[in-house]
Amino acid sequence: MSGLAGRGIGEIQSLVSSGKASAVEICRASLERARSVEPRVKAFRALLEEDALRQAERVDRDRREGRRPGPLAGVPMAVKDVLCTRGFPTTCGSRILKGFVPAYDATCVARLRAAGAVILGKTNMDEFAMGSSTENSAYEKTCNPWALDRVPGGSSGGSAAAVAAREVPASLGTDTGGSIRQPAALCGVPGMKPSYGRVSRFGLVAFASSLDQAGPIGLTVEDVARVLQVIAGHDPRDSTSAPLPVPDYLVSLRHGASGLRVGVPAEYFRAGMDPEVDAAVKSALKLAERAGARLEEISLPHTEYAIPTYYIIATAEASSNLARYDGVRYGHRAAGADRMAPLYLRTRTEGFGAEVKRRIMLGTYVLSAGYYDAYYLKGQKVRTLIRRDFERAFQTVDAIVTPTSPTPAFRFGEKVDDPLSMYLSDIFTVTINLAGLPGMSIPCGLTRDRLPIGLQIIGRRFDEETVFRLAAALEAELKFHEHRPPLDGPS
Amino acid sequence: MAIGRDEVLHIAKLAHLEFSDEEIGRMTRHLSSILDYVAQLEALETSAVEPMSHVESGAHTLREDTLVPSMSREEALANAPEPDRGLFKVPKVIG
Repeated sequence: MSGLAGRGIGEIQSLVSSGKASAVEICRASLERARSVEPRVKAFRALLEEDALRQAERVDRDRREGRRPGPLAGVPMAVKDVLCTRGFPTTCGSRILKGFVPAYDATCVARLRAAGAVILGKTNMDEFAMGSSTENSAYEKTCNPWALDRVPGGSSGGSAAAVAAREVPASLGTDTGGSIRQPAALCGVPGMKPSYGRVSRFGLVAFASSLDQAGPIGLTVEDVARVLQVIAGHDPRDSTSAPLPVPDYLVSLRHGASGLRVGVPAEYFRAGMDPEVDAAVKSALKLAERAGARLEEISLPHTEYAIPTYYIIATAEASSNLARYDGVRYGHRAAGADRMAPLYLRTRTEGFGAEVKRRIMLGTYVLSAGYYDAYYLKGQKVRTLIRRDFERAFQTVDAIVTPTSPTPAFRFGEKVDDPLSMYLSDIFTVTINLAGLPGMSIPCGLTRDRLPIGLQIIGRRFDEETVFRLAAALEAELKFHEHRPPLDGPS
Repeated sequence: MAIGRDEVLHIAKLAHLEFSDEEIGRMTRHLSSILDYVAQLEALETSAVEPMSHVESGAHTLREDTLVPSMSREEALANAPEPDRGLFKVPKVIG
């Protein structure tokens, strides 16, 4: 690995803004790293080589001309292919959007660019962010950098793998039920789903609008905080983005865990969990205690209803959001239809993959006449109960710690034909989306087979600061960054 | 089975999707197993619980009604499968 690839954001930003390294050199190192590992990892759908070098040149020119470098000056980043990039294809991992070129940047992408980041490419994902293994991409399979015969998790599998493979120090993913946190856990990198409303959804191609949220994955907790700092904040173009000030997250990283009350929910440590995951999270909890946190057993009694509730609400919203893919305004259009109805039918049947069709069907069913009350309305009510569980818990604790995923990375094909077992991969993450809370996964150990294990830190709504505070304190105790995926041979 | 073949065919029609015989069989099995799992919600008493559709973010949902530039017609049509004289061309809807 070249000397410049694999460095964190803080280091890159200071090298570039002091002129010790140019953004172009950093960008070339990142591209070289990508060329060396991509044939094995396949994190990217597309590398935007020429444009990345142009962006890097602009950063260097701005510095030479005396303009103040942005907080991400010269930092190579990867962006999940569900976030619109002006002038560059955005496929959402779907055949139905093959060749679609957005006329605008998603707000979070525009903010990265304005901060000086260099967008290296678009990353692979489960089609329309539906999946937990990235196997539902219509284009390619992304491999876990820790074990190439295993999945990187999903749906932001490409964004997590690109960071874990040291192609970029940070990336953007999106998370509707765990799609940032679960792949971050399976790839051994930190990743955060911010509070609902913290980051603009403008230009994030919708899956389930009441749950979707974009967020960063990075080499370290600090890298994640630096990116969130840039993308967070109100956007007049997203009426659900919160008109709240964005605190200085780098400050919260230095506060330590001393005095924090940390809730440990009994419902998240039940039988069925991989014993190595259970043991790693529990030993991390001991480290949190050593760092000065006070552990408290809590109960989130409606946890067992989270997956059924999530699959009602997320699929109902998806069936409505995905009605827009009709072959009229953009994307794939079936050839030869001479009437409107067959045009819709054939375009959608040809364009969508199996999992997306399954979820559209489920969503259509739970919203259909005769079933609306039994399923959709019921799901909305149980969502209230799940949110209340957290409100009650946060009266006595400042943060909650759970495992991120019940298992480490699984093998390709292991769950892809059994939708229910795939859905259960998200059992510890969906509750946080239903309640609109911030949640972060950080790596907390390796299994005997050297597969990463993640733990999840959950905070109060809009209290990303406390999540970062505990994450940084635990990261310092866990020293996980000493481990590297075996891509470069034995170290 | 929580859902039968005829019902799956009806839902497919509503969703504008078409399936082969084999796919209908598989879809029926998959949806049934998911719905069986979802049925555990019936055990919860929720008659007095308010439903929620989203978590409120304190945002003002209405902006000032001021004119701002928007996407040009050319940009809006740039991805159209069949643009025609500044419009989206579609097959016959009626007749």
